Amino acid sequence: MAYQWDFTPVLANAPLLAQGLLNTLKVTGTSLVFGLALGLALALLRLSSRRTFAWPAGLVIEVFRTTPPLVQLFWFFFALPLLVGIEMTAFMAAVVTFSIQSAAFFAEVFRGGIVSIERGQWDGARAIGMNHGQALRRIVLPQAVKRMIPAFMERAIELMKTTTLVATISYADLLFAANEIAQKTFRPLETFTVAALIYFVVIFAFSLVARQFERRLAVSGESTVR
Amino acid sequence: MSLLRVTGLTKRFGTNEVLRSIDLEVRQGERIAILGASGSGKSSLLRCLNFMELPTAGVIELDGQPLGRERRPGERIYRESELTQVRQRIGMVFQQFNLFPHMTAVGNVMEGLRTVRRMPKPAARIRAEAELKRVGLGDKADAYPAHLSGGQKQRVAIARALAMDPEMLLFDEPTSALDPELVGEVLGVIRNLADEGRTMLLVTHELGFAYHVATRVIFLADGTIHESGTPDEVLKNPRQERTRAFLASHKQYSL
Repeated sequence: MAYQWDFTPVLANAPLLAQGLLNTLKVTGTSLVFGLALGLALALLRLSSRRTFAWPAGLVIEVFRTTPPLVQLFWFFFALPLLVGIEMTAFMAAVVTFSIQSAAFFAEVFRGGIVSIERGQWDGARAIGMNHGQALRRIVLPQAVKRMIPAFMERAIELMKTTTLVATISYADLLFAANEIAQKTFRPLETFTVAALIYFVVIFAFSLVARQFERRLAVSGESTVR
Repeated sequence: MSLLRVTGLTKRFGTNEVLRSIDLEVRQGERIAILGASGSGKSSLLRCLNFMELPTAGVIELDGQPLGRERRPGERIYRESELTQVRQRIGMVFQQFNLFPHMTAVGNVMEGLRTVRRMPKPAARIRAEAELKRVGLGDKADAYPAHLSGGQKQRVAIARALAMDPEMLLFDEPTSALDPELVGEVLGVIRNLADEGRTMLLVTHELGFAYHVATRVIFLADGTIHESGTPDEVLKNPRQERTRAFLASHKQYSL
């Protein structure tokens, strides 16, 4: 007997899905912003010639790159309150986890981008009297960031999908909402199909915008888009 | 009084000693051409003068002021703020131009004025455009480096150095990366700067240009000044055997 698809119960719960999507975007967006800032800081520390800076940064990066995100999430949500008495809401735990985890990833992307800039660019900057920070901010980073955009994009997409893990600590993201609707309506196939479709549309739209942005940057003749 | 005085300048990369206790004095308005085979240390010498490379030993005095301070005998340390000051006073032009590809020509020239000198944007733009005009690129202000020829790029790089009002200019093989037909336009600009009476040091393989423009020629070999004198002395009547061999190898295929 063929399965009878019926999307009406799902559509009736559209507000719940919308709220879930909003929460997913909130976690993803916040984590990306903090992740980028922290990632740059970690990258600069790791590139530092002083080992007292470089070594701890390297450790943080490696630990968060090599352990499963779910374990990290549980650790911040369940273990931290027990060990040091820091209570976090599900949202905070999610943001902390995904920020640091993204930072670890972005740190490597930043580092790779910075070292990929030719030595001559540093020379050119220093020759007109710039100090290290000015050369980094005005000359090296703007060029490095341009080369990093594809990796950033990839990570942002990956992160949006990874945030589905927050459902495990009862944060009402899109997947959590879908799960609830599925149980309520006994229509899991339809519900999860719609959820997947929402992920697809949001991420695909995001990719298009980013590609457009990359193309705009290509005006100066140096770009990752051919 | 000399603008720049170098005493006992030594540079080592690991165990490789590329400069061996060089003494050099540069007076206001002098134009010194530095010649030498590859590996003779000429680029390193130039790069030590504005501290793109830190000297391993030796003292560099600018306007009579010794730079850095002695930490222990024979070893000097330099503060970054002191070096950024020096680099504003001693401009440098590179073989590979090293233009900033994400900025337009005028953006490149303005950059030092804006970021280092904190000059307001309109004033910096006016100054930068004037410098571009001086090197014959008044109409290329808004072009990105990727859309400029090698000769144009190098002229933008010269304008970028000039914008900082340097007391001295260092040219590190400014025409070596250029197609032969583009060499002339860059040498022409350097020639004009020479006629303005600017102090400059020029590492070059253009012997003819060195002969006509330099007030003094230095021949470097094995990290030491092997021969030094007027262009006529060094290029026409070299006293040292190695200078003669070097010049002969350069003239081998000239017409």
